[in-house]
Amino acid sequence: MSEVEESLKRIQSHPGVVGVVIVNQDGIPIRTTMDNATTVQYAGLLHSLAAKTKTTVRDLDPSNELMFLRIRTNKHEIMVAPDKEYLLIVIQDPCQS
Amino acid sequence: MEIVHVYTKKRSEFGRQPLFTDRAAELNVEIAPDDSLRQDFIDKNPVDMAIQYAPDVSEHEANTERFESESRGMNHTEGGWPKDINPAEVEQTIRFRKKVEKDENYINVVQRLGDKMELYLRQNNAIDIYENYFSGNTFSSIDSDPPSAKTISIFRDPEGLKRTVSHISWYPDGAHRLAAAYCSLEFQNSPHGMSLDSYIWELENPNKPEQVLKPASPLLCLEYNPKDPHLLVGGCYNGQLALFDTRKGSQSLEVTPIEISHKEPVHKIIFPSSKTGSDVFSTSTDGQVLWWDIRKLVEPVETLPLVFPGYKPDFTLGGIVVEYESTMPTKFMVGTEQGVILCCNRKAKTPQEKITNAFIGHHGPIYALQRNPFYPKHFLSIGDWTARLWSEDAKESPIMWTKYDESSLTDGCWSPTRPGVFFTSSTSGTMDVWDLVFKQSSPTLTVQVSDESLHSVRCHGGGKMVACGSRSGDLSLLELSDSLSIIQPNEKPNITAVFERETRREKILEGRRREMKLKQKQAAKGGEGGGGGGGGEGEGEGEEDLVKRAEDDFWAAIAQEQKDIEAKEKKRQEAMQPKHQPTPIPEEGGDERRESLTDTMS
Repeated sequence: MSEVEESLKRIQSHPGVVGVVIVNQDGIPIRTTMDNATTVQYAGLLHSLAAKTKTTVRDLDPSNELMFLRIRTNKHEIMVAPDKEYLLIVIQDPCQS
Repeated sequence: MEIVHVYTKKRSEFGRQPLFTDRAAELNVEIAPDDSLRQDFIDKNPVDMAIQYAPDVSEHEANTERFESESRGMNHTEGGWPKDINPAEVEQTIRFRKKVEKDENYINVVQRLGDKMELYLRQNNAIDIYENYFSGNTFSSIDSDPPSAKTISIFRDPEGLKRTVSHISWYPDGAHRLAAAYCSLEFQNSPHGMSLDSYIWELENPNKPEQVLKPASPLLCLEYNPKDPHLLVGGCYNGQLALFDTRKGSQSLEVTPIEISHKEPVHKIIFPSSKTGSDVFSTSTDGQVLWWDIRKLVEPVETLPLVFPGYKPDFTLGGIVVEYESTMPTKFMVGTEQGVILCCNRKAKTPQEKITNAFIGHHGPIYALQRNPFYPKHFLSIGDWTARLWSEDAKESPIMWTKYDESSLTDGCWSPTRPGVFFTSSTSGTMDVWDLVFKQSSPTLTVQVSDESLHSVRCHGGGKMVACGSRSGDLSLLELSDSLSIIQPNEKPNITAVFERETRREKILEGRRREMKLKQKQAAKGGEGGGGGGGGEGEGEGEEDLVKRAEDDFWAAIAQEQKDIEAKEKKRQEAMQPKHQPTPIPEEGGDERRESLTDTMS
């Protein structure tokens, strides 16, 4: 098993994790643990939100950079770890844990 | 002295380029200093001169380039694939993904991000920072602070000749503005040049009214349409109704024709909550209640003359207030100038049936009449020096009433949020807050709102704000403490108990009174049977006897008093005589006084 798979397995093993998606810079989901329709929606919407957030943070202070994006919702928490080329999206249900 | 210097140039030289040359100075005129002129002037000493030491500042403006923004929508279907890959072909997409997954950079990134993500996942699982403790259990602060009310702002009549705030109406949506009607209430005594305007105030800005309403005759009452907060209906001093639309400016949109309007000032307008929100009731001291439809104010929909034969036959009562409760669609009540509250039925066919009942108790005009917002069977009336609470079940007397106040009351209303709280305003400038849960014998809170007499009081629907209008045109806005505006635990059952107890008591008393009357009648009948018709006369004689006895008592008391005075006078004279025997002046004086006294006595 590759290191990537190992890493993803570890993430999934945490209690309350609903799904994991990796998205490339064009918004294409590379790797997912959810069904196709949900994945596409998450990938498309969060990709643009992360891009917007990134520019916002940089506009506010050019020397600053977005590190991590956590979206707390009624049902669960969406966590987005951005990078230059890829986004790692994890959906967690904290109440379940 | 006239100095003329002639400069000549040939016509042909016009327009040539100038050629500057040097030449000797030439004197044209010389004015020698004239010392005699100096005589006309005086040296000014010391000299006043202002000097300001401050840096020069100037203002510059520059327009920076405008940032153009536009919003765009996006449909999230699958997309973004490179051109040579068809997203519909599963094989191609899988191949693309495989290719990416083999990328060195991808592996590195995912591992790095995965570590980062793990940290937060663990964090989330370790502690739920958004956890809501004690959910579903809200603790209300119970009686934490003593009841109080503080004045937030005062809106003064901007006109020079101050007028009374005759009526207040809150904006139906939210508590940010209110309409106030201004009118001089002194009968035929409004000074010449008094303004006719009424105002809509925004609570944020007490300096300038948000909008001015300009009716043809001063407004006595003004009411927002609860269904459409842009529309207001005002009742004029000349009996007309005027419709205003705040979107269309300050002139009235429509007025009722004067010949079919009220004949006297319109004292009260209400919007009964109908489906269309266009019905209006108005009443006036001319003894009519008129229904209108604000969509066509050409003629009243219906007219009700306020004649109640049960009170006084052939006597028209002057209406001052109307009360309508939407939960009882056919019933409404009218408070009259004569202190009688009339219970009316809207749907009745004949005029006799329209007025079903009367509540008699007040000694003077009824200025306010309102059903309890929680218990519509019970209602509050303000008149003379008291506020009275009535129940529809006890028809002969109020179930509760306040003590006679030292100054007469002018207006009152229930708190919309607490069933046991009502407000009254008095001519001494105080606003009283009565809390029936706390105590019933005296007001819970008395606020001296103004030095002038108050004329109107109105509580906002949120129960927190109360507006009071004074005689001199000051509109004071008060904020009540939480204990007066938030419903207390168990308040509703307590108030129900109070109302029911008082109603029962009043009913028992009513029954007793009836019984006593019956007994009296029977006794009178029995007397007639025995004495052969002497009973009636006997009663009359008894009355005469009483009058005679009272007269005798009166005269006896006067005689006694006279004797006392004479005795005192004698004593005084005796005391004085040895000292001033030759001068009879005090005696005369004494005589005169005694005479005058006896004059006044008889």
